[in-house]
Amino acid sequence: MLVGKIDRVGRIRTLHGDMGVWHKYTFGLAGERFFRALAEKGVLLATRCETCRKTYLPPKIYCPTCFAELTVWVELPPRGYVETYTFLYEDLEENRLTEPVAVAFVTFPGVEGGIIHRLGEVRPEEVCSGLEVEAVLAAERSGGLQDILYFRPSRE
Amino acid sequence: MMKPQNARGVPLKDEDLKVGKVLTTEWRVKADYAWDCGIAIGRYFDGLKEGKILATRCRRCRRTVVPPRIFCEWCFKPMDEWVEVRDTGRVNTFSVSYFSWDMTPLEKPEVPAVVEIDGCSPGVGFMHLLGEVGDNLDEILRRVKVGMKVRAVWKPADQRTGAITDILYFKPEEE
Amino acid sequence: MERVAVLGAGMTRFMRRAQETGKELAWEAARMALDEAGLTLKDVECVALVSAPDAFDGVHMKGEYLADGAGATRKPFMRSFVGGGSGVFAIIHGWYHVASGHFDTCLVVAEEKMSSTMPHPQAAFNTIYDQFTERPLGVNLLWIFALEMNRYMQVHKIPLETIAQVSVKNKLNGLDHPCHQEGITPGPDLTVKDVLDSEIMVWPVHRLMVSPVTDGAAALVLASERVAKRMTDKPVWIEGVGWHLDSSYWTNRDLYYPKYVEYAARMAYRMAGITDPRKEIHVVEPYDPFAYKELHHLEGLLLADKGEAPRLLEKGVFNRDGELPSCPSGGLLGVGNPIAAAGTMKVAEIFWQLRGEAGARQVARPVKRGLAQAWGDLMQVGTVVVLGR
Repeated sequence: MLVGKIDRVGRIRTLHGDMGVWHKYTFGLAGERFFRALAEKGVLLATRCETCRKTYLPPKIYCPTCFAELTVWVELPPRGYVETYTFLYEDLEENRLTEPVAVAFVTFPGVEGGIIHRLGEVRPEEVCSGLEVEAVLAAERSGGLQDILYFRPSRE
Repeated sequence: MMKPQNARGVPLKDEDLKVGKVLTTEWRVKADYAWDCGIAIGRYFDGLKEGKILATRCRRCRRTVVPPRIFCEWCFKPMDEWVEVRDTGRVNTFSVSYFSWDMTPLEKPEVPAVVEIDGCSPGVGFMHLLGEVGDNLDEILRRVKVGMKVRAVWKPADQRTGAITDILYFKPEEE
Repeated sequence: MERVAVLGAGMTRFMRRAQETGKELAWEAARMALDEAGLTLKDVECVALVSAPDAFDGVHMKGEYLADGAGATRKPFMRSFVGGGSGVFAIIHGWYHVASGHFDTCLVVAEEKMSSTMPHPQAAFNTIYDQFTERPLGVNLLWIFALEMNRYMQVHKIPLETIAQVSVKNKLNGLDHPCHQEGITPGPDLTVKDVLDSEIMVWPVHRLMVSPVTDGAAALVLASERVAKRMTDKPVWIEGVGWHLDSSYWTNRDLYYPKYVEYAARMAYRMAGITDPRKEIHVVEPYDPFAYKELHHLEGLLLADKGEAPRLLEKGVFNRDGELPSCPSGGLLGVGNPIAAAGTMKVAEIFWQLRGEAGARQVARPVKRGLAQAWGDLMQVGTVVVLGR
């Protein structure tokens, strides 16, 4: 539906409508390699700029600092750390969730950036900055962020 | 030497996406809108519901315009004089569309036109559709001419909602 | 006011669907422009970016999203947007940054990725129309072009064959552009008949009179005279800029003539000290998203009398070897139309023409001054830049 019914509230007319578009994205040159590696090998990749001595997650094909093309790919260690976190009590439409959902920004030592994802298999009181976590991967992976189900406290 | 040299870019074909040569992800924006029609268009729609086309007139430059507005964009003065104009006019320009709003091919072409409305200042009109002008291009081009006189065909009064679609289309009018 | 030079230009290939993200496309074009200018990102003091509606990408804050690919991380950054006029507005916007004396260098980046929009980018274009009085009619973007084209043809009695000639000229020119979109020109033997035989989309617009949906990016490096003199012995100067906006009540004015383009052109000519544009402009890249638009805009630019552009076209004046070569790049019809990036591609073409670097596209006559123009929105926006050497 593009434009629909007109409501009359008192003296005010309101016209309802929506944008009528949806989007199909490719992941880009860097994203394609990142999500393929995640789907096929279950690993997280980053790109490295030797000049700036920086490693980027998510990986980029260019260094945003010096603009060089990045061709060095590195595999990240399986464990990262919670940099910061929050608890969600409502979904996108403001419905109350039965259980709060923990969401964390997971970073890796020496790496610029990180991944925002859910935390699972964790009690709310356990969640803290610096918590060591590992990704729990979907058994069937198709290439996309959904291939990581969530991060959980790492098990030695 | 010819510039640009060694330009980059990795072109894909639709097929590449279908067969999964590259990964894709989809997203649908969940945003619905409720637009307040505002003062001028609100009153314009009230008029359409009653089968009338209302225009506003600028007391300064004397322009009479549709769609109506509460300010004159030339003089930047309020436009607060309302007048009923006629539901007839002349075709300023027209086209014949074979595609819907989202590029779905149409079986029967539509005939959008800008109609200069009688009673408005010269050259002032709005966009609408022409009807009763034929089902195919040849017929339409034979019957529709720039400058020809047209008249609004209204929805039955009890079906009007106060919308631009209360006018179904404009049809040719005998001179 | 500081004098401003263009030091380098870059672009990606133009593609119906690029694998790259918008950021990656922006980087590819920006990197080429910097390399050509002999500068690095460290030398860039500020970034000016253009990209068309956020609805194409479904990404809100598209400017900020694209910023790191445009080299704007931790730099003064500004995005501007005037629809299809954005591509030439980009250089005006960048010119301001340097002409003000506030910055010595500015990286100008234009990016567009239209292919993400489903079911078709037209569905996003639909929202440029008034939601109360126009959208309920089921309008698509082609309507307004078809209506304007018919008006222009009716007022001046222009035959459809002449409009089709624009497509042939530009599509054949585009074959010499290394970045042209695959399939944009059916073949080197393209004729007026082929154009007229192509599918009618919204009469009088036929398929081969419309530029395609395109992904791509283009970029320019601007610098003050101080920097330019150090970096190059063939600087290209921004001699004039102009822009103008008409009312969105487009059904209240006569579409046969783009007054807003004339006002923008007059502004740019005044600044450049041009009194007789037909003699003083040597090569021109008017905006040609639709075939008739090139002629329409040439008249608005005062490079032809009202209604005269079709006759000059027939005489070959606008050919590459003509007196006033127009769209020697191939334009949007022959290279592609990534909305905001298309206008910047035109500025890049004038830059390469003035430096004698356009190779197979180089026009026959000597060129010292050229003009690029873009148009946008509901037949509303004119943006013009005059470059000279």
